[in-house]
Amino acid sequence: MTRARRLRLRVFRTIVLVLGGAFFLVPIGAMFEFSTRGNHVGAPRTLDAWTTIVTYPDLLGAIRDSLGLAAITSVAMVVLLLPTMIWVRLRLPRLKRTIEFLCLLPLTIPAIVLVVGLSPVYRWMAINLVDTIFLLSFAYVILVLPFAYRALDAGLSAIDVKTLSEAARSLGAGWGTVMFRVIAPNMSSALLNACLLSVALVLGEFTFANLLSYLNLQVEIFQLGLANAGTSIAVSVASLMFAFILLVILAFFGRVRARVAPERAGLPFPGAAGGGLR
Amino acid sequence: MIATGNPDVKTARRPREGGRRFPLHWIGAFPFLLYVGLFLLLPTVIVIVGAFAGKDGPTLSNITELNQEFVLNAFVASLLVSTASAVVGAVAGALLAYAVATGNPRGVLRRVVTSACGVLAQFGGVTLAFAFIATIGSVGFVTLWLQDRGLNIYAHGVWLTELPGLVLVYTYFQIPLMVLVFLPALDGIRPQWREATESLGGGTWHYWRYVAGPLLAPAFLGATLLLFANAFSAYATAAALISQGNPIVPIAISNFLTSETGRANPGLAQALALGMVVIVAIVMTTYALLQRRTSRWLR
Amino acid sequence: MTTAVAAAGVGTATRGGVEVRLENLQRRYAGVTALDGLNLTMAPGELVALLGPSGCGKTTALRLVAGLEQADGGRVVVGGEDVTGQPTSKRDVGMVFQAYSLFPHMTAWQNVAFGLQMRKVDAGQRRRRAGEMLELVGLSGYADRFAHQLSGGQQQRVALARALAIQPKVLLLDEPLSALDAKVRARLRDEIRRVQLEIGITTLFVTHDQEEALAIADRVGVMHSGRIEQLGPPTVIYSRPATPFVAEFVGLTNRLPGVVQRGSVEVRGASIPLVQPAAADGPAVALVRPEAVTIASDGEAATGPLVGTVIATAFLGATSRVTVDLGDVTVLAQLPTSEATAYPAGTRVRLALRPDPVLIARDEAKAESA
Repeated sequence: MTRARRLRLRVFRTIVLVLGGAFFLVPIGAMFEFSTRGNHVGAPRTLDAWTTIVTYPDLLGAIRDSLGLAAITSVAMVVLLLPTMIWVRLRLPRLKRTIEFLCLLPLTIPAIVLVVGLSPVYRWMAINLVDTIFLLSFAYVILVLPFAYRALDAGLSAIDVKTLSEAARSLGAGWGTVMFRVIAPNMSSALLNACLLSVALVLGEFTFANLLSYLNLQVEIFQLGLANAGTSIAVSVASLMFAFILLVILAFFGRVRARVAPERAGLPFPGAAGGGLR
Repeated sequence: MIATGNPDVKTARRPREGGRRFPLHWIGAFPFLLYVGLFLLLPTVIVIVGAFAGKDGPTLSNITELNQEFVLNAFVASLLVSTASAVVGAVAGALLAYAVATGNPRGVLRRVVTSACGVLAQFGGVTLAFAFIATIGSVGFVTLWLQDRGLNIYAHGVWLTELPGLVLVYTYFQIPLMVLVFLPALDGIRPQWREATESLGGGTWHYWRYVAGPLLAPAFLGATLLLFANAFSAYATAAALISQGNPIVPIAISNFLTSETGRANPGLAQALALGMVVIVAIVMTTYALLQRRTSRWLR
Repeated sequence: MTTAVAAAGVGTATRGGVEVRLENLQRRYAGVTALDGLNLTMAPGELVALLGPSGCGKTTALRLVAGLEQADGGRVVVGGEDVTGQPTSKRDVGMVFQAYSLFPHMTAWQNVAFGLQMRKVDAGQRRRRAGEMLELVGLSGYADRFAHQLSGGQQQRVALARALAIQPKVLLLDEPLSALDAKVRARLRDEIRRVQLEIGITTLFVTHDQEEALAIADRVGVMHSGRIEQLGPPTVIYSRPATPFVAEFVGLTNRLPGVVQRGSVEVRGASIPLVQPAAADGPAVALVRPEAVTIASDGEAATGPLVGTVIATAFLGATSRVTVDLGDVTVLAQLPTSEATAYPAGTRVRLALRPDPVLIARDEAKAESA
């Protein structure tokens, strides 16, 4: 590469990255700024908006519920997906493409469409089972499938599942042991990926909760925003920071090492067309 | 799952035993298939069937109800917003991806940007809407800053809570998504192609016109389509930003789904949902076809 | 087992090659000196191979000639014209890369015609010329195939056709065979040589495989740490290495510790003359070629510093390589197979070293990688 071209490239990169950085950081900064504003023009900066978070019981309840949902969804996702994926790899390789297709399907079916189809199902469950916000986990597991599948698939591809399980079985291990004491520990970073992605998604989910009339974190933020803008923005910032920290952990510690490009290993699959976040 | 204690040597050695005995290991996939069937396929079927269901049996009345002005306006608006945010996001995202791809593949910058894009592509809905309200809302930080310098961006009306504002806000997650999707394609461009082009007498323009351009075109188009589908399906951001009316299809659906406004019309909601499914399905199929070509060339 | 393609003499140029001169080329990056004053003059139509381990600077030299990198010092002169400052696209060089250089979205003939397209040749003529070039490399029926439909060897042949289609002044080959299977490699290198001779183009061939270099080059330049250690015809490089590095990098070498005394080296009871008789006295390592080692069998009772046991024999066709364990050192001897069969594994043998002049290495030079 000639020196002139190298210089042009460097100028281009600098401009693009600086502009990009500004575009993405300014709104976040603005949120911080907004949430620390005083009561009237010229008033000094204050953390009132933040401290009043704890005075809203609905908000605290929503935070608690959302965290609970995140935990339940993660566990349910692992319990449902991991054994199935391992089993398919070992015994049902012909089913792999079907499973993959099903797991990626939620990306192509808009969340809003799913809600329309699920609302009769949820109505039935609320009447005949128990009406609790945690019913949302059922839907959330579906929403999380594409990301979790990708993360777990990357993890399983990096280890030789067949050989490990055959070795364990030949030594007398049952399937439970094989799955949770032989295979799972060898894909801990992929599992971590999948769980963190699930948590981030659940915490940011709005569509399902709103239209099925449950009060999760995002719905509460929204409703609070109508009453107290400052506090709702403060909570938004907090939840964003939390999600950011989670995903930074994921990016830096959850990297699958063998054969898979980092972008494909743990980060959200491109094509979150159906996420209930937007 | 197969009972333990009996080393399933038989099934392991005869993967294609056909239908001579009921293939027990298929049971292992049942829980998953059942779950997905119940919570993913069933709702989809409900939507599709429900779109054609009336009080007295199958009917096309829901579909014909779509032929109202506000419905058509909502579809047009959705298409416009999706196209605009997809194009802007695609171009800006491609430039950003290029800036990242031409750097050190193992460097800090690349990891930071790809992690950030992973976060931001998921960042949407209420939080994002509020972020923009805090930035360029009527009392937003940037709005006030510009006002202090004599620029009133809302001189002709507050556009943030209307379609133009929606496009702007959407680009906030469209650009990172574009980076995530397009970066692998850029990585697939081998330096030898540039060098070969030069050794054969081609300059920068020739390279982009005959080599890199055609090679990246399917990936770029595919990514744009993905962005389109992404914006088209989005609901939460618009719900938080736009307070009333039926501006875009997802909001129209939500209005007819919940009976808060007293105008619940589940049939219409399902018909609208069916319309969305059709559009998204077409887009995603095209995307999948383009992906096949990309992955062959830019492995 | 090399079938050295006989060079019909440098200069059977049907289209005429040009002289290429590299004058005192320097290249440094990130604190590392890749080229340290490289000098090379290539006669018109000559095929020069740059041979050396990775990191020796051979690829850098090639890329400087191509213009893909900028020299920090020195000049590149092609056909009497100083091209040092020129960008690659103006230099009229044909380049074949190690792998992956075919444009995946174009068919074979479109790839070959690409350079002509850059030169605004019209479509009909492009197609014709591409056809000619594909025929030259033996791929006439493959014109409409894409890269992923071609084998590695076929891809490299298309790459060669593509480079030659523009009738460049110089042909540059950057380890073109390294990514291929052994069998394909041997066949393709002869192909390359055949084509190069037919066209008569001045060619620079970079490789780390000494067999390739010795088989097809008119002259070989053995490189090490940014400099050419020895430049000469393959036979000279092999039989009269100028430095210990060359002796160890090209062909196999036995390293036998000994002592230098007055112009010859005493090795295990034998006295061998030195290539450089002026070497200082003292301990040194004699570099002895396996062909210079002969075997006699003295039976079980034999003793002496050159007596040992045969460990293994490698059958190489007409010759065989016998590995003999002398207790403290292992020696390779290369003999005609008919002789070698007399010494199966376990036989106690006595070695003899032919009195051909040898190179010596002092022990510090052991760090060189072969």
